Amino acid sequence: MFDSLADKLQGALGDLRKKGKLDEESISRAMREIRLALLEADVNFTVVRDFVGRVREKALGEEILKSLTPGQQVVKVVHEELTALMGEGESGLAFGKFTVILLAGLQGSGKTTTAAKLALQLRKRHRKPGLIAADLQRPAAIDQLEQLGKQIQIPVFRTDTKDAVEATRSGLERARAEGLDTVIVDTAGRLQIDEELMQELERVRDVAGPHNILLVLDAMTGQEAVNVAQAFDERIAFDGVILTKLDGDTRGGAALSVKAVTGKPIKFASTGEKLDALEVFHPDRMASRILGMGDVLTLIERAEAAVAEDEQAEMEKRLAAGQFTFDDFLKAYKMLRRMGPLQGLLKMIPGLKDQLGDVDVDERQLGRVEAIVLSMTPQERRSPIVIDGKRRIRIANGSGATVEQVNQLLEARRQMEKMMKQMGRGKMPALPNQQAQQSSLSAARKSGVKRKKKKKAGRK
Amino acid sequence: MARSWGQLLGDSDAPAETAEAQRGFFGRLRESLGKSRRALTEQLQVAAFDPADDASWERLEEALIYADVGVRATAELIRRLEARQDLSELNGALAEEIAALFGDAPTLNVRHEPAVILVVGVNGTGKTTTIGKLANKLREHGRSVTLGAADTFRAAAEEQLDIWAQRSGARFVGGERGGDPAAVAYDAVGSDTDVVIVDTAGRLHTQSNLMDELSKVRRVIAGRREGAPHEVLLVIDATTGQNGLQQARIFGDAVGVTGVALTKLDGSAKGGIAVAIAYELGLPVKLVGVGEGLEDLRPFDPDDFARALVAA
Ligand SMILES: Nc1nc2c(ncn2[C@@H]2O[C@H](COP(=O)(O)OP(=O)(O)OP(=O)(O)O)[C@@H](O)[C@H]2O)c(=O)[nH]1
Ligand SMILES: [Mg+2]
Repeated sequence: MFDSLADKLQGALGDLRKKGKLDEESISRAMREIRLALLEADVNFTVVRDFVGRVREKALGEEILKSLTPGQQVVKVVHEELTALMGEGESGLAFGKFTVILLAGLQGSGKTTTAAKLALQLRKRHRKPGLIAADLQRPAAIDQLEQLGKQIQIPVFRTDTKDAVEATRSGLERARAEGLDTVIVDTAGRLQIDEELMQELERVRDVAGPHNILLVLDAMTGQEAVNVAQAFDERIAFDGVILTKLDGDTRGGAALSVKAVTGKPIKFASTGEKLDALEVFHPDRMASRILGMGDVLTLIERAEAAVAEDEQAEMEKRLAAGQFTFDDFLKAYKMLRRMGPLQGLLKMIPGLKDQLGDVDVDERQLGRVEAIVLSMTPQERRSPIVIDGKRRIRIANGSGATVEQVNQLLEARRQMEKMMKQMGRGKMPALPNQQAQQSSLSAARKSGVKRKKKKKAGRK
Repeated sequence: MARSWGQLLGDSDAPAETAEAQRGFFGRLRESLGKSRRALTEQLQVAAFDPADDASWERLEEALIYADVGVRATAELIRRLEARQDLSELNGALAEEIAALFGDAPTLNVRHEPAVILVVGVNGTGKTTTIGKLANKLREHGRSVTLGAADTFRAAAEEQLDIWAQRSGARFVGGERGGDPAAVAYDAVGSDTDVVIVDTAGRLHTQSNLMDELSKVRRVIAGRREGAPHEVLLVIDATTGQNGLQQARIFGDAVGVTGVALTKLDGSAKGGIAVAIAYELGLPVKLVGVGEGLEDLRPFDPDDFARALVAA
């Protein structure tokens, strides 16, 4: 698996923690690790340079050197600086009597879907939103917005014109006439170096007179994020950013960069394809997540949304009793699924990533596991002890798995039950140690270590 | 000399592109980039490069990182440069090493009848647009083409591809929104044109159920035509950072990607992630997208790309 920025920082600072005393050498090593980790996370390199400089200065400061736990102090400094960089607190939208929100960004950043998601959110907050189709560039973009509007029953205003400014003007007029109080203008994606389209965007902004101008930015963007944000800011002075596709495994360094160079806050994060997958962005949580301190708040919110209360109570009771049958297994599995990709969930649990190291959660494997359990009879699920050799073959055949895979699952359940029993008695099960951290770029260069070329992708 | 479409498609005796034919493309590219894009190495004062000076190497390192080449591929490039005796012509040397990471100029496997091309990638990278442009080029080179709209998920995805089919003079096979993408792919692959290109819904590589769905599309295509799909193109946006590697890895595992189409190179992003992907996964780039118009697709040329990345 791709180790996260959190792991890297944890690795660099973990050493400091153990030392209990800071010296120039170990600080330098930690700073190198931080630099490397941030670069690998796509944070812009000038932002990284400044960031590392500030952290180093503070880390070497008097107070820290004198303190009893300097290592932890550095963690704290990094966290504070990161949070400061991401911006403090949440920032909402500005509203007027008739509120206009303008969305802009590069091609393919996710404006159209985001427009619909935002409209849905606003309606949940008891506003009467409408959508204006001002992307006259991409084939079928208007159809896309219209279909999304229909799906969530929010009016979409389209005009038969080739002129985005005219489409916006006419859309605003009609939205007002229909008694709506909020409109979202979906514009065409454009490159920030496309002079013609940037001028068009300025004109659209001028007729729209927006209360909120939001830059829609793909969370997977690399070093370019800074140029994009700077240029859009110069031209249309946006108020904030919506970060999209954050549900993937990107480390999202672009978020740090954009905030650092424009000073504009990230207001929302888009975290899925479903139209309700738009969350208020929490900079402090993001910073914690980056640092491997877990994103417990988000985790709890998601768990609450996904798991019915009675289900939860029932599960807890069974676990407390130290029972873990395949029925329980299946239930737990389904709850987890509803909470989103496992890999992401694991990262949110404080310390877990740290202890497990490079765990690769293969979600497909989980799919197979489900198939195997579903091929068992109710009796087998309740008391797995009855599953003999013959039954194993039958289960394997029924689920398209190998007998070996069935065996592995049986063993895994047995282990889990054992673990549950231990936990019930208040003992924490032993976990494997953290993986060794990768060396820094410059170190790699100087020592001339050869890295193996990985095997070709695909072609099984 | 730049690679021509004839060479990419493996047409016999196809000449490399003439300077004349190239002008249009490079002129355009230069025009759009001229003001906004300075030479990578110049920007970071690598001009004053001194091999004995650590700070010089660090600046070069940063220049490559700034182009999204990534930490590991950057380390490799630096190692290779260090091994060279003469670094008086740094830009040229760097471009050579980058081109070398890409290996030979690729070809697009369209010699089968029909040749089936499956197009995959995360959301919004330019799959549908690239398919439209590729269909147009194939038509210009005498191939009949079918486009299969196996993106049954996104709103108006089918309409979008249909418009591209009309623009490029390709046949269109669609399905129903919410329908089974594999079924659409099956129908499209049954078509008797020279080339069949199957569009798929954008999906994040972390969505394992959607990746399974994609594997199924591939299996169904393989079941309908032996040896198909002959190409599986992963479309990557040039602005993508290091997550592009993960995309290439996981899509590669799920559907056996055979090449990358790198889009939006008309922007100021340098597309260095393609270098990382070539170096770490050995996956060639085959096409580059340089705009939203019908003509804005080019065969990938390692030397040209490397020079553009270094010197803009
Ligand atoms: N400037 C530029 N824009 C491009 C290029 N290729 C695609 N685009 C634009 O990027 C946006 C997304 O392109 P699509 O072809 O719809 O992308 P897709 O991957 O099919 O998107 P989904 O199906 O929604 O995942 C559109 O606005 C395209 O016009 C390119 O090479 N340069
Ligand atoms: Mg598409």
